[in-house]
Amino acid sequence: MLKYISKRVLILIPVLLGVSFLVFAILAMMPADVASVQLGVSATPEGIEKWNEEHGLNDPFLKRYFDYMGGLLTGDPGVSWSSNTPIKTEFVQRIPSTMALTAGTIVLVILLGVPVGVISAIKQYSIFDNISRLLAMLLTSLPAFWLGLLLMLKFALELDILPATGGGSFSHYILPWITLSTAMAAQMIRMTRSTMLEVIRADYVQTARAKGARPVRVVMVHELRNALLPIITVVGIILGQTLGGAIVTETIFALPGVGTYLLQGIFKYDMPVVMISVLFIAAVIGVINLLIDILYMYIDPRLRSQFVKG
Amino acid sequence: MKTAENVPKRRGQFAAICYRFSRNRMAMLGLAVFLVVAFFAAAAPMFADYEADAVKQNVYTKFFSPGQEGHILGTDMYGRDLFARIIFGARLSLLIALSTVGASLVLGCLIGSLCAYYGGWLDTITMRIVDIFLALPMTLMAVTVVAALGTSTTNLIISLTISMVPPFVRIVRSAVLQVKGSDYIEAAVAYGSKDMRIILTHVLPNAIGPIIVQATLNLASVLLSVAALGFIGLGVPSPQPEWGTMLAESKAQMRYYPWQVIIPGVAIAVTVLSINLIGDGLRDALDPKLKN
Repeated sequence: MLKYISKRVLILIPVLLGVSFLVFAILAMMPADVASVQLGVSATPEGIEKWNEEHGLNDPFLKRYFDYMGGLLTGDPGVSWSSNTPIKTEFVQRIPSTMALTAGTIVLVILLGVPVGVISAIKQYSIFDNISRLLAMLLTSLPAFWLGLLLMLKFALELDILPATGGGSFSHYILPWITLSTAMAAQMIRMTRSTMLEVIRADYVQTARAKGARPVRVVMVHELRNALLPIITVVGIILGQTLGGAIVTETIFALPGVGTYLLQGIFKYDMPVVMISVLFIAAVIGVINLLIDILYMYIDPRLRSQFVKG
Repeated sequence: MKTAENVPKRRGQFAAICYRFSRNRMAMLGLAVFLVVAFFAAAAPMFADYEADAVKQNVYTKFFSPGQEGHILGTDMYGRDLFARIIFGARLSLLIALSTVGASLVLGCLIGSLCAYYGGWLDTITMRIVDIFLALPMTLMAVTVVAALGTSTTNLIISLTISMVPPFVRIVRSAVLQVKGSDYIEAAVAYGSKDMRIILTHVLPNAIGPIIVQATLNLASVLLSVAALGFIGLGVPSPQPEWGTMLAESKAQMRYYPWQVIIPGVAIAVTVLSINLIGDGLRDALDPKLKN
């Protein structure tokens, strides 16, 4: 068990380092006149030169990368280019909002997607199945940000029962949660349904029915348990998309999260801000997928036995 | 001799796939809707003038309701005809989506099939790099590249292609790996065919099914990404009539002119839905086992 976990951690570390190098390399292609953007119209050639020197832009690419990573690994993501303040305090304040948005979305997606998908598969081609399939298809095709705008129009501007923008209280998150989880829940329904359909046709399910197990028991113990692994995999995929989609959702509802911080950084050519935001999201996804892999071992005795023996 | 044997069989299979697809009502509906959208996109210059109707601002025609004074869908806050902007938007969105998917399909097929066919260190290194790319969600990857290159239509295509190639490499690789062990590939090797010829004439055509389905579904997700990036200000720059950019512009007035945000959204949703229906229909038609 421990061997498996340590092996997985050892795979994650080079991937994250690779991501940091990739993102750093991409961002290094930013237009060369960053200094004049940051210094404004009054920039003198000497001022630009001084700014470049201070921010290490005159150093070779690899030295810049190692300097940055050295700082990051000791817990210092550097100083913002646009505001000249340390990034760390501001960035840490941004994390809870994004986490609340993502966690709430994932909970909604599971609560909504799994039961509907399971019932849809059990009652294949029933009215329930047809309607849920149609709805799922429709909802995956809606642009999430558009749905967010329509929700805001109805519930915040017309009915005035929920706040339109900003963060802070529980009610601020209701519309963003619905916005972000709709398309993801639709995907969850489709994936759960197709996995369940495969499991339902398995021999052991036939056996369970033949020996006279109650239908509820067949579904809960024999079918759902075997469909659990693929479903958890889907949760991992959806988590990645949710964190990606959070950038857009946070923008619509002006939530003070990592996504809006990232966008601000982009519009101000603030490379360290963009870097830390992207790396943070990649790291969260990596760690959650690692946890999911470890969870597999607890759920599936077949996987566990592989590592107990060896 | 080889071709004489292959062609009738392949055509038979193709006809069977077409038949199964044509029996799927939802897929045919999707195809019909998509053809209508594609027609308006292709024929946009026949219905409206790009400069005069879709780009040029006119203070006297602001915020016309749909139907008012010959503007079928009304006008926006700069007095531009919304119908003209929607159909030129379709042209732009489809152009971006098709070139992105086309480019990533070619690159993905090339890299994926070479990796799967040769294996070894080439495969290992490429797949590790793909892992790194896949650690970033598509939106995030695209946002990062646009941030570095700046906003323009070309840069948007580049950034979406970069974020779309790695998943394609994965899919092509696994599809090719499944085909690679077949007897007919071994026969082709024994026959002395060149590697490139084997990949192009034997491996890829037999592995193309799941790749086509994925490409179709990716077309839908690229359309959504283009709109989303446009909406957050990193897509096609204004005044070009891109659906997501249009939504971002009309957001401020949506309280008083709700159709301004409803119309572009419906355009996106209808187009994406039609493509998704086609993709699902193709998957069922290519692999009837899945349906039952």
